[in-house]
Amino acid sequence: MNDRIIKSSKTKAGDWIFVIICVVVCLICILPMLNLLAKSLSGSDFLVKHEVYLIPKGFNLEAYNTVLKDPKYLRAFVWTVVLTVICTLVSLVMTAICAYPLIYQDLKGRGFFNIIITITMFFNAGTIPNYLLMNSLGLLSNPLVLILPGCLSVYNMIIMRSFFYGIPDSLRESAQIDGASYIKILFSIYLPLSKPVMATLALFYAVGRWNGYSDALMYMKDKKYYPLQLLLYNVINNINSIEVATQEGFSTPGLNESLKAAIVMFSTIPILCIYPWLQKYFIHGVTLGAVKE
Amino acid sequence: MKNTGKAVKKYWQLYLLLLLPLLYLIIFKYIPMVYIQIAFKEYKIGMSPFEMPLASNHGFKYFIKAFSNKDFLNALRNTLLLNLLDLIAGFPAPIIFALILNELTFKRFKKVTQTIAYMPHFLSWVIVSSLALQLFAPTNGFVNQIISNFGGEPIPFLNDPAHWVATYIFMGVWQSFGWNSIVYLAAIAGISPELYEAASVDGAGRFSKMWHITLPGIRPTIVVLLIMNLGNILGSSFDRPYAFQNNMVMNVANVIATYVYKNGIKGLQFSLTTAVGLFQSIICVIFLLLANWISRRLGERGIW
Repeated sequence: MNDRIIKSSKTKAGDWIFVIICVVVCLICILPMLNLLAKSLSGSDFLVKHEVYLIPKGFNLEAYNTVLKDPKYLRAFVWTVVLTVICTLVSLVMTAICAYPLIYQDLKGRGFFNIIITITMFFNAGTIPNYLLMNSLGLLSNPLVLILPGCLSVYNMIIMRSFFYGIPDSLRESAQIDGASYIKILFSIYLPLSKPVMATLALFYAVGRWNGYSDALMYMKDKKYYPLQLLLYNVINNINSIEVATQEGFSTPGLNESLKAAIVMFSTIPILCIYPWLQKYFIHGVTLGAVKE
Repeated sequence: MKNTGKAVKKYWQLYLLLLLPLLYLIIFKYIPMVYIQIAFKEYKIGMSPFEMPLASNHGFKYFIKAFSNKDFLNALRNTLLLNLLDLIAGFPAPIIFALILNELTFKRFKKVTQTIAYMPHFLSWVIVSSLALQLFAPTNGFVNQIISNFGGEPIPFLNDPAHWVATYIFMGVWQSFGWNSIVYLAAIAGISPELYEAASVDGAGRFSKMWHITLPGIRPTIVVLLIMNLGNILGSSFDRPYAFQNNMVMNVANVIATYVYKNGIKGLQFSLTTAVGLFQSIICVIFLLLANWISRRLGERGIW
């Protein structure tokens, strides 16, 4: 009896230890963002004196005002939203039409297609051959260069195919008996049942496009098509040097810092608002990707 | 022959659907391979790669040049070093985190913790590097502000090579540990609850259950992921190191991907950098095949 009481109180203490660890981990995840938020909302006097930690001092929205008034940022933001939506839609269609035919076990050439697809997962021609291809296709400085080269991820295709495999064959067989064509089966059975995996992959593609900057850095010669992240990279790396800062008219170093913070917040918030709602789905998606058959 | 025709006719719609993805793979994944031969040739602007003259030393001029180039050897060393440190620090972190999460009894708290821990994964490397700047900058960084408030000397997190490496690795772990724990959590969820019940009956405590049931239960997942990571030890991403680089730490921050970008796309040394890229791709394939073979020899499920 005594023994049992001791044991259960021990378990309780153990529980709290894990809770405390998790709270610390969460703080480590969140604190950098809070610090950034505080800086973006603080007055320049306090920033110059290095007094801002987690709570804004001299609260003002000047930095956000500057960002929102500058057509450069707004333009890049709208362009990146448009680009992300287009890329996500195109990629989802490409992924679905690649994954769906491959679930038919008796499709002639299926093995060959699988090999062609798998090879590209393991062997990449490399940065320069890709660059030379874009060059010879005349895509450098064409907005299509930010859409086409990444419009099908083989990894995501495998996730979708695993999901399709999980849909019972009997469903499509009975539709076939009813005379439905293969394309109709895709649209009337497979896609409606695949909403969870579609949501997951849409998130993966959208995040990839929203966060990617290296393709624009390498292939995009036209500044007006720079996505937000590349603009952000340039701003963060230039604003450090005083001559560029004064050129752009931000002469107070304090405002500089809060402005930088505001731009980062500005380009982060959309994704941070979306991902928690899709948590249930992407956990499933990641798990599907891990258990390849 | 007749059968093949029949099968194609029966499935023509499926072939139609596959047409676009295959076209994509051919154009964007296979045609670039034609350009790989530039590694063995003298690059000439406006000439097809087939017509370019063979480089000296039986075409291996640029491979020899790369391996006698200090910058490239430095990039090779850094790539290996950073990947290895990433593996040492970053591989156990999600496993430990998954084990801790699994011990949480408050469901709601667990879910909130997960959501918060996944957050860094959704930040771009540009943003993560700017967060590192906000946290660790020499005078106005969060951490150094605190240190100087207590009268300490600021730590050069971003300007001194050794400190930079530590910061780079730390921010990498910060960005990925939560996300990478998903796979382990799924594996833990697959362990039969009967095992835990039986262990409880035998009087096993929390930690002994963790050690004797949970960890062995997710061992296959751990092995497969470890091997996949080892296979990628010479792989290099571009986004992360490029976003973190600064001029004061170039001798540790310069990796193969950024070397290729700077000397190829910026410096127009196409033959040299194609050779470097080819070397990296081949090593990666060999490592992956080797890793898979080892995995099977150890009696674990292979990667494919």
